[in-house]
Amino acid sequence: MLLTIDRVQKAYPGGRPVLQDVSLSLDMGETLALTGESGSGKSTLLNLAAALDGFDGGEIVLDGVALSSLNDPGRAELRRQKVSLVFQQFNLIPSLTVDQNLSFHARLAGNCDSDWISHLAQRLGLGDLLERYPESLSGGQQQRVAIGRAMAAKPKLLLADEPTGNLDETASSVVLDLMFSLVADTGAALLLVTHSQDIAARLDRRAHLANGRIT
Amino acid sequence: MTGPVVQALLSHWRRHWLQLATLLIGIALATGLWSAVQAINSEARSSYARANAQLSVGQLDEIRDPTGYISLSRYVDLRRSGWQVAAVLEGPVRIGDRTLRLMGVDMVAYPALPAMTQLEQSDTPPEPSEILTAPGRLLISPDLIDLFDGRDDLPPILVSSALPPEFILTDIGVAERLLNRSGQISRLVVLPDQPGSLPPLSEIAPELERQSPTSQIDTAQLTDSFHLNLSAFGLLSFAVGLFIVHGTVGLAFAQRRGMIRTLRALGVSMRRLVWITLAELIMFALIGGILGLVIGHLIAAALLPDVAVTLRGLYGAPVDGQLALRPLWIVSGLAMALGGTLLASGHALWRLSRMPLLASPGLQAWGGQTNARRLSALSGLALIIGGLIVFFSAKGLIAGFVMLAGILTGTALLLPAILSVLLAKFVRRAKGPVTQWVWADMRAQLPGLSLALMALLLALAANIGVGTMVSSFRLTFIGWLDQRLTSELYVTASDNEQADQIIDWLAPQVDAVLPIRSIELAHETGPLFLYGIIDDDTYRQNWPLIASNPNVWDSVLKGGAVLINEQLARRENLWPGDSLMLAPRHTLEIAGVYSDYGNPTGQAIVSMAMLDLVAPGAASRRFGIRLSPDRATEMAQTLRDRFDLPNSSVVHQAAMKKQSLAIFEKTFVITSALNVLTLGVAGFAILTSLLTLWTQRLPQIAPVWSLGMTRSRLAQLELLRSILLAALTACLALPLGLILAWILLSVINVQAFGWQLPMHLFPADWIRLFLLTLLAAAVAAVLPAWRLRRIPPADLLRVFANER
Repeated sequence: MLLTIDRVQKAYPGGRPVLQDVSLSLDMGETLALTGESGSGKSTLLNLAAALDGFDGGEIVLDGVALSSLNDPGRAELRRQKVSLVFQQFNLIPSLTVDQNLSFHARLAGNCDSDWISHLAQRLGLGDLLERYPESLSGGQQQRVAIGRAMAAKPKLLLADEPTGNLDETASSVVLDLMFSLVADTGAALLLVTHSQDIAARLDRRAHLANGRIT
Repeated sequence: MTGPVVQALLSHWRRHWLQLATLLIGIALATGLWSAVQAINSEARSSYARANAQLSVGQLDEIRDPTGYISLSRYVDLRRSGWQVAAVLEGPVRIGDRTLRLMGVDMVAYPALPAMTQLEQSDTPPEPSEILTAPGRLLISPDLIDLFDGRDDLPPILVSSALPPEFILTDIGVAERLLNRSGQISRLVVLPDQPGSLPPLSEIAPELERQSPTSQIDTAQLTDSFHLNLSAFGLLSFAVGLFIVHGTVGLAFAQRRGMIRTLRALGVSMRRLVWITLAELIMFALIGGILGLVIGHLIAAALLPDVAVTLRGLYGAPVDGQLALRPLWIVSGLAMALGGTLLASGHALWRLSRMPLLASPGLQAWGGQTNARRLSALSGLALIIGGLIVFFSAKGLIAGFVMLAGILTGTALLLPAILSVLLAKFVRRAKGPVTQWVWADMRAQLPGLSLALMALLLALAANIGVGTMVSSFRLTFIGWLDQRLTSELYVTASDNEQADQIIDWLAPQVDAVLPIRSIELAHETGPLFLYGIIDDDTYRQNWPLIASNPNVWDSVLKGGAVLINEQLARRENLWPGDSLMLAPRHTLEIAGVYSDYGNPTGQAIVSMAMLDLVAPGAASRRFGIRLSPDRATEMAQTLRDRFDLPNSSVVHQAAMKKQSLAIFEKTFVITSALNVLTLGVAGFAILTSLLTLWTQRLPQIAPVWSLGMTRSRLAQLELLRSILLAALTACLALPLGLILAWILLSVINVQAFGWQLPMHLFPADWIRLFLLTLLAAAVAAVLPAWRLRRIPPADLLRVFANER
């Protein structure tokens, strides 16, 4: 199993619980939609799976590594090598060009494959935008760059948090098609947080979070 | 309606107290350094005015002899023909180890002096006969009481607080004895009540000139250049402080754009918002201004004693070392704070007034766009070119400062564009992803940091420029001292007769005795000190000539030519081959020009025979002795014992040099202090910029963190980024500083003091300053880096939160 989340608990600093005994698992090549109302803890669970935040109880095992055993550098190493993230807000690096953004994660991970990145750029329709900066791109274009950056590192697990939340219907459709096809081609697992039942329906499985629990 | 709007606007500062503190400190530092300089200047000018009033100088017409002293017989002629004039004899007098200004006046005729009035109204008024008859009385300022303690060889003293510091007033008869100038008069004061039909001055004494108070050169005029230099430095510090204000206000306005839009949407007019914001700025300007005045007063109080010593040493200007609190200084300081704040905030306020209601808010839009950078670069070029045009078309000291200001501010405005180009090159050449990101991120940060970096550039350039000027001056001055102070011993006899006795005794025992005789002439070019020399190899081998004719020494010593100092040469554009009229029948060719540092007045050297011809009666109490250096100490003691001379009358060459260097160092105490303070303000500007930019940094840092970089690594890079930016700025500051140094040495010094100095380079100083800059940048970045290292992941995650 690539990702195992076992009875994970997480509370905000004030003590209010966000996640209570949440468990789920995900295998290589598998896609899972995580749905739920606002504030149900979807993004928090995604952040925990990405080793971006610590949890209070339970365990998360990613590719055989228990996240609770990792210190800060260990978590950073895990993010570089095994996980990629796609956010609703794109979160590209504004000071780097599209080309530099695309290769950035892969270069950090030390597995930069320029042929693969060129292929990604062409496939994502970014060939003419490589020298531009993120601020000059549309939302759809920015999200395509974000997906390209995420896939360039050839991650085992792609985590996407409302990746089309800021896009119109047409752009959403294009972005999702590209993301799903790339995930399928690379054999990565996908955990996608979404409000949309339509999008959730396109994934292999779905889990619903309510009041911090999987229902 | 206004109340809630004010409350809403002020709530920003409650949440951003550090920003508020930065703004107030920026205003306070700008005002403080400027006000300190102004306090020193106004205190000095007030001292000059007080001294003039206390001595009744500059109020009445005066009669002078352009070639030297007025003889007693001329004075008698004028009095007999009905002219109501009062005689004055003045000059420097050595008491102990101090040189004081002595003024002897005709106590009966001279206008009522405040010091005399004060004494007459005291509990124990002196009898007029005590003052007018031998041995007379010396009226001294209270600061001299200790110096006169136990001096039985001098007339009794009377102390009056209505006299300038380091000053002695006495009857002209006593002055004649102390100055050894019997029968000589420096000037005649024309009294207000003159008889109706007076014979014209040209009939009785055609060689004398009458001068109105406005044409008399007073201390304030003499010291103008010195005060202008100080003001220029104060203005630079003020400008550096305003960079902080500009940056902080710009950021605060940018952060409040959303709030301002909301207020407008709620029905508050733009006009009302602008007025309230203006009132808010005025309030901060006044608070910062008051803080600045406190800082300025403390700095001025600390520096004034050294400045007073400098002014007394350079110009003989009577400056009190005490600082008074003047209402005008407070008002002008607050006006500068207000004007500076509004100037620094004008752009932000203008943009606020033009802000559309419906455009999307964004921090990036506020500054740092390519267009803004281009505009800044073009303005910079225009300022540099404008400064050069002003200087080459107008010349003069003010034009020199305009050129300096144009080059400095112009280069500062060019800095963001230059850094942007450099960083873009580094991004292209970077190999690793982290290196590439660091350079690219630095470039992206430029808009937010450019003002602080401009301030740093100015401060560093000023430091390098002024440091190079002072060090070049010091090096030249030391070399010049070695050339000028060649005698092993310097002796001051009690009078001319004793001097003759000593010289007769010394002649067979030493290599040479070199008389030091001079007289002050009221020359047509201004005060001129005329020196006489004898023929000796010491002069031929050592005198620091900067321009000369062939056989310069032969022609001078034969009495056919004159040497002049650089100040006189540059001021009057007189060079070898030109002529100088020393007296109506004594016009000599200029054979050479020599460097002469430490006094702003003109000086000329002729043969001893020519001196006696032009100005007979010049005192001959001082002379230098050439002998083997290992005999100097023994000879000094022998002279003291044999001729009963006090220690201070026989001085070693080394002691003279040490004393001269000490005065030199004091001259630059205030410059060095302002230099360090300006650098400190620039360091503070970087710190405040980094801190205020902190909240804007997270969206740039969080994605990199999410991609697998640790917070501690990011913190290290934050530190490195600040150091690299400071290092790049310092590299650019070096050529600018050297240009500044060249202008100071070759333009400003020539215009202000009349001497041009060779420029020396001091790489060790630059390395020290460079390392200090890196340290300051690292210190400034420590707090943001520490915050980044300790930031909870939750704060970084907030960047990614959908609801952000």
